[in-house]
Amino acid sequence: MTSVTTEIADAPRRIRWADMGPFIALALVVLIGTLINTNFATGTNIANVVTRSAFIAIIAVGATFVISSGCLDLSVGSMMAFVTGVMILTMNRLEPTMGSNAILVGAGFGLIVGALCGLLNGLIVTVGKIEPFIATLGTMGIFRALITWMSDGGSIPIERALRDPYRPVYFGNVLGIPLPVVVTLAVVVVGAFILYRTKYGRRCMAAGSNADVARFSGVSVAKVRTTAFVIQGLCVAIAAICYIPRLGAATPTTGQLWELQVITAVVIGGTLLRGGKGRIWGTVAGALILEVIANLMVLSNMVSEYLVAAVQGVIIILAMLAHRFIK
Amino acid sequence: MNATMAMTNVDLAQPALRAEGLGKTYGAVTVLSDVTLDIHPGEVHAIIGENGAGKSTLMKLLSGHVAPTAGRMLMAGSPAAFPDAAAAEAAGVVLVHQEILLAPDLTVAENLFLGRELTRGPMVDDRAMNRRTAEVLASIGAHCHPRDRVGSLPLAQRQLVQIARALLEPRTVVIFDEPTAVLANDEVAALLDVVRGLRARGAAVLYISHRLDEVEALADRVTVLRDGRMIGTWPAAGLTQRAMADLMVGRELGTLYPAKRTLPAVEPQLVIDALSVDHGAVEASLTLRPGEVLGIGGMIGSGRTELFEGLIGLRPSQAARITLGGHEVTHRSVHDWQAAGLVYLTEDRKGKGLLLDEPLATNLTLQALDSVHPGTRLDHAGEDRALDRAVETYDIRVRNRHLSAGQLSGGNQQKLLLAKVMLTDPAVVIIDEPTRGIDIGNKSQIYDFIDRLVRAGKAVIVISSELPELVGLSDRVLVMRGGRIVAELTGEAITEQNVVYAATSGEGHEAEPQGRAATTYA
Repeated sequence: MTSVTTEIADAPRRIRWADMGPFIALALVVLIGTLINTNFATGTNIANVVTRSAFIAIIAVGATFVISSGCLDLSVGSMMAFVTGVMILTMNRLEPTMGSNAILVGAGFGLIVGALCGLLNGLIVTVGKIEPFIATLGTMGIFRALITWMSDGGSIPIERALRDPYRPVYFGNVLGIPLPVVVTLAVVVVGAFILYRTKYGRRCMAAGSNADVARFSGVSVAKVRTTAFVIQGLCVAIAAICYIPRLGAATPTTGQLWELQVITAVVIGGTLLRGGKGRIWGTVAGALILEVIANLMVLSNMVSEYLVAAVQGVIIILAMLAHRFIK
Repeated sequence: MNATMAMTNVDLAQPALRAEGLGKTYGAVTVLSDVTLDIHPGEVHAIIGENGAGKSTLMKLLSGHVAPTAGRMLMAGSPAAFPDAAAAEAAGVVLVHQEILLAPDLTVAENLFLGRELTRGPMVDDRAMNRRTAEVLASIGAHCHPRDRVGSLPLAQRQLVQIARALLEPRTVVIFDEPTAVLANDEVAALLDVVRGLRARGAAVLYISHRLDEVEALADRVTVLRDGRMIGTWPAAGLTQRAMADLMVGRELGTLYPAKRTLPAVEPQLVIDALSVDHGAVEASLTLRPGEVLGIGGMIGSGRTELFEGLIGLRPSQAARITLGGHEVTHRSVHDWQAAGLVYLTEDRKGKGLLLDEPLATNLTLQALDSVHPGTRLDHAGEDRALDRAVETYDIRVRNRHLSAGQLSGGNQQKLLLAKVMLTDPAVVIIDEPTRGIDIGNKSQIYDFIDRLVRAGKAVIVISSELPELVGLSDRVLVMRGGRIVAELTGEAITEQNVVYAATSGEGHEAEPQGRAATTYA
């Protein structure tokens, strides 16, 4: 057996159309929106749509990690409500002594609570060896019940004194870009860096692609997955921080059914639900597609806005079919 | 005995089932060719052969699970063709599978009648089914109750339920596929009695096993397969286990294998004392010296893979004491072993070795991420250099670097896997099935590579089902059977015949285990 060649041709990477799918779909939706409604392509409307999509996008970045590692988190919507409630209560409690600094401390505390919620999910899944679907179905119920109990079935409003100093976090802007969008961009850039450029990201993909291979290669799949859940918890807390000034309260319906929107955004963004392939920027495109469609339906009178969820459902199925046929 | 078990219209002169020139090819690959044999009523006809000799294929052809591509079958003298397993069963030929194929949450009777429930009007007739089940269970000496849930039964009873299911209808030919593979010794004896009972009632029994002691105890005639061909059929009387082992092997060693090395007299690199692995190995002890290739032989299911997966912490296990390079090893995880200088290369290249959808470089560096990428960030340039080096060192033939691992041929995948574990710079390499399913050219390269490794002072353990490979590569061979190391072969004693004999014959528990048994567990 003589060696024929050991030179590896460095063939140029071809553009993978399957990976471009979410962005092409987003462009199409925007194009259609511009054509059918003159109010759509205005600066204020676009800023409004992008800002509204920020929460789903931020949480979905975390979900991209969880799903890439081969798990699923159904509890994000309830967790969001719970973290929001805890943060508001903390800020209200600290406000008399600290003034508006209570917002900073409360937000920091919220990040810790979010990370702990994620850690709880992660440990139930990895140490308790419970299916992620079941584990997070359980914590979803727990978080939802806790916010309902904390608010006594009503709402937890933030102190009046905190409203004005906190307001810019949702309504403010940097160089004309709404602050939630800036935060989303920061989360996405950091998320993309971790997933694509670090050893942790590599291990995360390996665990989702084939947990046995990862295990046989000395990768601690449990550690990787627990970390992914913690990242998810942090993302939920970041979304909660941006969310509070928008409505100024946490209620038992805060974040309800967001888990479905989050998973939809991740999946139509090109991430494989079975794990092993994560697309952070695709996830963002997915979140935008959902919000643009909802916005179009509200703006135009062709289809009742009560059917928004139905149209989003059709989108996820179409996206999956397109994915299969492109492959 | 039971009425339904009695065979009707049996012509004792005619074989119950006869195969003439039976063969099977998949594309260009011939897995079985020109098998001619017959099974008479009231006879136990054993089929023996090494792993991959074609035993399973033959059974699947005879029982209608796979269609033959050559030859024909005759039942009681007239041509028979089975388009599927149901047709074979209708004709009275049934295969008792090796794996337990029962629904664990249903009762024994529900399992027996699954898909063919007795009914009275629109209702299932549980009473009739339970009664029939009780009859069949009694006829094979099974002690379970028709209403027992199958999942609650011990393995041996489940095996009997599976046999009862096969015997629910009258059968003329019963084919057993290694029915004792999962059973303990006393359970084996009970199962052999069931087979003898069938024979006494006039059934024609085809019995596939690689436990030669069972074959010797049970069979009337023995047919030997080797490399997909039939070697011959002999009366079992007068055929010793040793003679059967010789017939199964009967092959010459080529020059495929590197010349044996002289072993330096040095302290062992790895010492394992009484390692037990749950559902795998029992108190296995071994030593491994630098510069040595230690072969591990034994049939599939003998606990070879389980032993070493247990060693590296991928299965629950307990050991009295394990030392590597003179230091006691207390933390056994893949990561810790790797840091200490021992790696294990899995036999399951596609399932546990490589991420088939991921690029070559990702696969190459997955195990050695920390050394290839010293910081937190991935060093893509360094990764590319590592891939270039691996491609050159291991002669991995690739067209371009963006291929995914799944796009490589089996041989190149195996070399990539080898390159991947070697990237961690180990002192001890355990290779499970180093050349499974790859062509002779790649095999030869891998053998040369193993030779270079031990000449450089590394210690290598090779686990292999391929006897020529085991004999050709190893300086010393340990043979496993039933989870225990039952024999140690050195020097001239390393022959295929001796490996087969130790792997298949005698009572594993009586053989002298290598090393001493531990009295305490860590």
